[in-house]
Amino acid sequence: MSGPLFNARGTWAIFHHELMRAFRTWIGSIFSPVLTTSLYFIVFGAAIGSRISEVNGVSYGAFIVPGLLMLTLLSESTSNASFGIYMPRFTGAIYELLSAPVGFVETLLGFVGAAAVKSLIIAAIILVTATLFVDYQIAHPIFALGFILLISAAFSLFGFILGIWADGFERLQIVPVLFLTPLTFLGGTFYSIDMLGEPWRTVALINPIVYLVNGLRWTFTGSSDVGIWISLSMTLGFLAVCVAVIAVVYKTGWRLRD
Amino acid sequence: MTETILDIRGLTKTYKGGLKALDNVDLQIRKGEIFALLGPNGAGKTTLIGSVCGLVRPSGGTINAFGLDLMKSWRQSRARIGLVPQELATDMFEKVHSSVHYSRGLFGLPSSPERIEEVLRSLSLWDKRDAQIRALSGGMKRRVLIAKALAHDPDLLFLDEPTAGVDVELRRDMWRQIDGLRERGTTIILTTHYIDEAEEMADRVGVIEKGRILLVEDKSTLMARMGRMEAVFTLAQPLQEIPSVLSAFPLHQSEDKTQLIYRGGDGTGQGKREVAGLTKMLVGQGIDFTALDSHESSLEDIFVDLMEKQE
Repeated sequence: MSGPLFNARGTWAIFHHELMRAFRTWIGSIFSPVLTTSLYFIVFGAAIGSRISEVNGVSYGAFIVPGLLMLTLLSESTSNASFGIYMPRFTGAIYELLSAPVGFVETLLGFVGAAAVKSLIIAAIILVTATLFVDYQIAHPIFALGFILLISAAFSLFGFILGIWADGFERLQIVPVLFLTPLTFLGGTFYSIDMLGEPWRTVALINPIVYLVNGLRWTFTGSSDVGIWISLSMTLGFLAVCVAVIAVVYKTGWRLRD
Repeated sequence: MTETILDIRGLTKTYKGGLKALDNVDLQIRKGEIFALLGPNGAGKTTLIGSVCGLVRPSGGTINAFGLDLMKSWRQSRARIGLVPQELATDMFEKVHSSVHYSRGLFGLPSSPERIEEVLRSLSLWDKRDAQIRALSGGMKRRVLIAKALAHDPDLLFLDEPTAGVDVELRRDMWRQIDGLRERGTTIILTTHYIDEAEEMADRVGVIEKGRILLVEDKSTLMARMGRMEAVFTLAQPLQEIPSVLSAFPLHQSEDKTQLIYRGGDGTGQGKREVAGLTKMLVGQGIDFTALDSHESSLEDIFVDLMEKQE
């Protein structure tokens, strides 16, 4: 007897459940990151930015828009997905997911899809909000949308892995706080790595976030410190590695099934 | 012959660190029955349930549900299995109605407000449908978990300690609910610490200890085989020895000779009949007594006996 290979209703149930959870806690999930990013725009874009000359041919305010967007996308995608899967593990409610006829693909699409959509909603609000403080253009809007989607998905996958790996709230915070945020700040969010002297410019190229920030920046300004195809390849590579890791986690049941 | 709905053979689970939670377990569950799995803490009850429901990865053995290999046809099998866990584990900030709705969708069924209303009404949760689960009492929270497990109309339902921590009235109410499920044809496997619960509801009983199934038997057969009657006659005058006319009865005396103790029967009523006959004979023999205490062994006594024999 063969059965359906894909549980579409199960996928939708997870996706809808996760999105509703975000809307239920909209102050923390949506309002808070938008407020934080707006403060960055006020301080760096409008206040300090007005005293800084152009960077790579655009005003400093417009230059930092993709960087700040990246900062928010990375942190929100990671935290949404990691909390999404960690909380049921913590409360024990994951029993329902594990005993249901949903597999690796449905779970990923549900959790990661919802986390990515939340990030996209936040990204859209941030971009609209940014227009209040800085004057910016999007040189390649289709590429920009594609890049935002890719980054949201890739870091939602990364967050999902983090949520499975973590065995406590402290561990859940360690990677974003100790690694992700510093790498993002050092990855050219607020500056062009061409501003760095050697050897720091070369050292900066070891940071994978540099490629993501510059990829997104290219879609906004049309110029970046590294090539768009390298950025795109790095993002796709990261996404593929995350999918592979989660596939192995589901295959072995690591941290999910005893 | 009754159809087997769940067929477990040679099921073994060894956790990291070497703990053998299940040791070559064979168990067959019949369609439509209520099966009570009894065992002390750490006996392997929850591991056994987890192995069937996909929460635990067995180290060896096979599980067939509805004639399907659970490892290969897990999607089809799981869609027909429901689980009410021991812990009150769910998103407590969610509303009752949406939580049950989510469970139905997770198991691949289309939205059905009518069916969800029916489930909620049957568990007296309809009035609480818009309440956050955290605002409910412990007993009501447990009902929500049952509603979630019933939302996809499972053919096989696992209830892991379903009445743990609920008051007596609610326990009785839940027994009625479970009985109603049986009438609708749902096969139920329940684990419980309350032996009277198994005695009240189960068709068959299994006892598990240290990961091994010690016995599986019809409840009535088990009680007939292992059940005993005890009757203690407190005598008006000490009796130096048991009269030979009473030698047909399994009797012995207390040390101070003031009590005559009957221990016999087989759980089918034979003990009661013998005690009645013994009483008449004592009166006929002029052996006066001032009190009579009788006690028929329950499933609990049988369970305790079995556990003591294991030790």
